[in-house]
Amino acid sequence: MSKPIDELIVQDKGLVSREIFIDDDLFKRELSHVFARAWLWVAHEDQIAKNGDYVVSKMGTDNVIVTRDMEGKVHVLLNTCTHRGMRLCRNDMGNARTFSCPYHGWSYSMDGRIVETPGDLAGVPGHATYYHGELDKKDWGLVRAPRVRVYKRTVWASWDPDAPDFEDYLGDMKEYLDFALDGRDGSPGNNEMIGGILKWRVPSNWKFAPENFIGDNYHDISHRSVDLVGINPSGGSGRRDDVPDEETTIGFPKLGHGVIGEPPVFEEPDYQEGWAGNPEVAEYYRQSHERRKERFGDGRRVSMTVGTIFPNMSFHGRQPRTIAVFHPISPTEMEMWRIFLVDRDAPQEVKDMARHYHLSYSGPGGLTESDDMENWAYATDSSRGEISRSIYFNYEMGLGHARELEHLEGAVENGTFTEENARIFYARWAEFMKAESWDELYPGKGPGPQRGGAEPTPVEEGE
Amino acid sequence: MSTVSKLEEIELLHDVTQWFYREADLLDYREYAEWLKLLHPEMRYFIPLVRNVPRIRDTEFTREQQDNAWMDEGYTTIEKRVKQILTNIHWAEEPPSRASHLITNTVLLSVEGEKGSREVQTRSRVFVYQNRIDDEVNHFVGKRIDTLVEGENGWLLKHRTVHLDQSVLLAKALTVFI
Repeated sequence: MSKPIDELIVQDKGLVSREIFIDDDLFKRELSHVFARAWLWVAHEDQIAKNGDYVVSKMGTDNVIVTRDMEGKVHVLLNTCTHRGMRLCRNDMGNARTFSCPYHGWSYSMDGRIVETPGDLAGVPGHATYYHGELDKKDWGLVRAPRVRVYKRTVWASWDPDAPDFEDYLGDMKEYLDFALDGRDGSPGNNEMIGGILKWRVPSNWKFAPENFIGDNYHDISHRSVDLVGINPSGGSGRRDDVPDEETTIGFPKLGHGVIGEPPVFEEPDYQEGWAGNPEVAEYYRQSHERRKERFGDGRRVSMTVGTIFPNMSFHGRQPRTIAVFHPISPTEMEMWRIFLVDRDAPQEVKDMARHYHLSYSGPGGLTESDDMENWAYATDSSRGEISRSIYFNYEMGLGHARELEHLEGAVENGTFTEENARIFYARWAEFMKAESWDELYPGKGPGPQRGGAEPTPVEEGE
Repeated sequence: MSTVSKLEEIELLHDVTQWFYREADLLDYREYAEWLKLLHPEMRYFIPLVRNVPRIRDTEFTREQQDNAWMDEGYTTIEKRVKQILTNIHWAEEPPSRASHLITNTVLLSVEGEKGSREVQTRSRVFVYQNRIDDEVNHFVGKRIDTLVEGENGWLLKHRTVHLDQSVLLAKALTVFI
């Protein structure tokens, strides 16, 4: 192990050691202390729409199968035969009644249990004869994630039975996630995944990505080339047509989440014309805005552009509307996944335009995202040197200028350009790395500020 | 195809493969503005995602203009990609990658129309080697199905599908044209 965690993340100075982006021991500890504990995004319900549907996914470095059993229940199962470890399911997706291991034939039903059909062939071949009927099949089902939550068509799981409920894990960050997962008019969970998931390998530490999306407006300069060329769905320069005026960074220090978005409001902001490249599509968004206004009335609502759910899921709520997940492969490599969302009940041309726009923006071939990969890969690479690994990254932008944010529990706000949310992310990461159980991590119990208003977040009045 | 004589087939194959080699030269020598002139204004460029699925299913590739894809676009977006490279601040290609396109195994799948306005469909293997900075190496290998149309100034590319032989893309970015 390198330095103690508190020397790697120097919170009062806004410093983060480069060691955490390249060190093998720290990476192993991340797998046990972060990935085996936190709630992780594993799938979208459209991938497992019908009973018997399955899709493979990842949790940390573990391969899992997300299934919908014959009763419609969702399971997250470790994708390895409990007998001799063969990767049970080598398809990415499909529909089946059972998974049968190619190695010795052990077979499992979609809920992960060993098939109990009478006879000597199903379940465990030779059970009655070679095993003399003595093997207890109930003990040898697939290892399952004990915590699974289907939330507005997204599927999440945790390996830790003591993890707080998913909604508590999100806290009021949930409202921002809702903005992305709800329809443009605010209809709950009105989202559909465009078929297919982008998966690609990046020679980057996984943390660069969630850090980028949690609140880094400062890196906008990276995307100057696409802004000059313009993929704005209304035509012209820029890469979006819907960036609002009130945008700020909002973070949740006790939870590790953060977002670039707008503070809660009680009246719908004026509609900004968008998607003007196709008048009919533009009309859909205009009408959605009107319905949204009606739906929320004078109630509280939020909106957002991009955010991160600790540790490795980020989402864009506007343009493009997507979910990204960053799977750790090694300290210096991650596998990045991205899916695109559209309103489920939108007309086909709205979906088509969104798909085309998403593809031109995101993924390894995206005019915007390809430049992010270059940054993360070469920032990782140039932290490997004996001297370079010994120095610190600077995250002091806006340090000490966070302001408590009204109407959201435990939230702070720190203006459009700040590294507040990155500091929140790495402070939470440090808590996970130090904690021995969820007892030390659950909001209100951990070393961070107390949840529930007992102790206000340090506030400094400014600008 | 049956109406095409052996001689015409040989000549066509020669023309088309030479066209591919010239296109590869333009890309490999970064003559992007010239390369754009080879594209039909209504061209579509499609690189589907590939999935590991049971052999009996037809869901291996995502569907054009319906599903997610590595690329699924027309001339306008391709032109933007070129313009982006030419800003000289598209960091994924600045400094420029070194790329070499190898095109082989070309067969004619169909020939339609009269000489002077023919449309041919071909299938080839493509190997694009990309080397970047110092040790960044990517191999884009796969099958390429091209539709070329004959016009006054020669052949133009009207449709290209690339079936990459990778499900997880083993490259951090896809900034070379395949």
